[in-house]
Amino acid sequence: MSTDVKTLTQEQRTPAPDGVKLPIYMDNHATTPMDPRVLEAMLPYFMEKFGNAASRNHPFGWTAEEAVEQAREQIAKLVGATAKEIIFTSGATESDNLAIKGVAEMYREKGNHIITAVTEHKAVLDTCKRLEKYGYRVTYLPVQKDGLVDLEDLKRAIDDKTILVTIMAANNEIGVLQPWAEIGKICHERGVLFHTDAVQAVGKVPIDVNKDNIDLMSITAHKIYGPKGVGALYVRRKNPRVQISAIIDGGGHERGMRSGTLNVPGIVGLGKACALAREEMAKEGALLGALRDRLKDRIMSRLDEVYINGSMEHRLPANLNISFAYVEGESLLMGINDVAVSSGSACTSATLEPSYVLKALGTGDDLAHSSIRFGIGRFNNEAEVDYVADRVCETVERLRELSPLYEMAKEGINLKDVKWAGE
Amino acid sequence: MAYSDKVLDHYSNPRNVGSLDKNSTDVGTGLVGAPECGDVMKLQIKVNPATQIIEEAKFKTFGCGSAIASSSLATEWVKGKTVEEALQIKNTEIVKELALPPVKIHCSVLAEDAIRAAIHDWKKKNGSADANAPATAGAQASH
Repeated sequence: MSTDVKTLTQEQRTPAPDGVKLPIYMDNHATTPMDPRVLEAMLPYFMEKFGNAASRNHPFGWTAEEAVEQAREQIAKLVGATAKEIIFTSGATESDNLAIKGVAEMYREKGNHIITAVTEHKAVLDTCKRLEKYGYRVTYLPVQKDGLVDLEDLKRAIDDKTILVTIMAANNEIGVLQPWAEIGKICHERGVLFHTDAVQAVGKVPIDVNKDNIDLMSITAHKIYGPKGVGALYVRRKNPRVQISAIIDGGGHERGMRSGTLNVPGIVGLGKACALAREEMAKEGALLGALRDRLKDRIMSRLDEVYINGSMEHRLPANLNISFAYVEGESLLMGINDVAVSSGSACTSATLEPSYVLKALGTGDDLAHSSIRFGIGRFNNEAEVDYVADRVCETVERLRELSPLYEMAKEGINLKDVKWAGE
Repeated sequence: MAYSDKVLDHYSNPRNVGSLDKNSTDVGTGLVGAPECGDVMKLQIKVNPATQIIEEAKFKTFGCGSAIASSSLATEWVKGKTVEEALQIKNTEIVKELALPPVKIHCSVLAEDAIRAAIHDWKKKNGSADANAPATAGAQASH
């Protein structure tokens, strides 16, 4: 008995429908394309309005400062803050570092305990790890199978030395929304500061720093159709008044919290991106949610043994993270090379480890290797979604024909019972 | 990551994909790697008992593009060789042929392991004295 497998030649591929331009970008959790309206707002601040916002004595400086203050206002409005509570940074990694290290140093006499979660972004996790070296104690909360932290775990973890809880709003891989308002409430009841890395959530789902009891919040421009290299940190000014130590020393910009000449065009872009998000978020969220569901349904109606990672209920509207059993993620990406998405496979990571986020959910390493993250964005449409779904399905089908695991599973072998040489 | 043209070619047009009857005396099966590690290769050879020549080779691989290409290339290379000649194939030759980057060298190691495991299995079936020699034999389905 010998079986042969037909391979999919270029000619058999699903052709791109009219109006679909390849390659298709569907990796909007990594970064988003610029919105042309954002670029338009920024452009004057590169050339004719080039002034330094810190120049107090001439109109060049005033013009720049005015633009910065308008952006501060736009950002504050989106999240229910006041303009004075917005500190500009180079992006979310810096915002996370500033929030966590800044609180750690400022409140060192009050305590040395920080609580975070295992599925946080590395900008938070590695910052916490560094603080551990300096004598801080960090609790890394586990997450449940759906990716959410258990609030009872959080309550139990808070002790009299806890100074900060830092838990992200929306996860960058699985799009799962943590119950940040409940977390904020718990923190305020216990007199602990609450920081949230809200990079993926701001501008996508409603967030209100006052209603949700958020004390510090990291924001970035390039996830909301703005430029790279600019972000902000919200720092609460009353109830309670939050103080942070600076991590960059210098000219005392941003009320001493973040020295360095302001990136005026970038800040204008961040402000404009926030203003657009505020106007369009509700409508856009519904549209992207429908596109995401269309993608999910089209894939799941054609393929068996595909598994969604993380809660579908508590999730960003535009995120889909699926594991395609018996197919390795990087080879799947190679097969859909006219579509830009990401994988949790070890082969696509710098560390050669499969996604720690998926592992934290209890997803086995095998399924973590088989995961694909789709991030739908403002500029995707139905035709693109259909094309991506079809390309994914045909590639999975082809790779399953190539997969010894799929063959074994079809023969009724339980792969968990096999003694693998590599284990 | 940019792939070499040869990896892309093997990935897009893999050679000798499929399965041989693993119960046949003339067929040796190697199954190496583990799903948790992100790559599993199954490589099968059909050996002419009179000449010891590998007349047919088939593979199936779960893994990245480089793993698929390495095993596809391995089936091409073992075909027409005697089992002793096939045992001389080194992973470094696969690395060279496919221009694999350092992070993908383990794919070539796995392909070499798969060849050895398949030959080992065939020798075991055919009562060869040195069948127990290589320690690289792969996973055994325990059903």
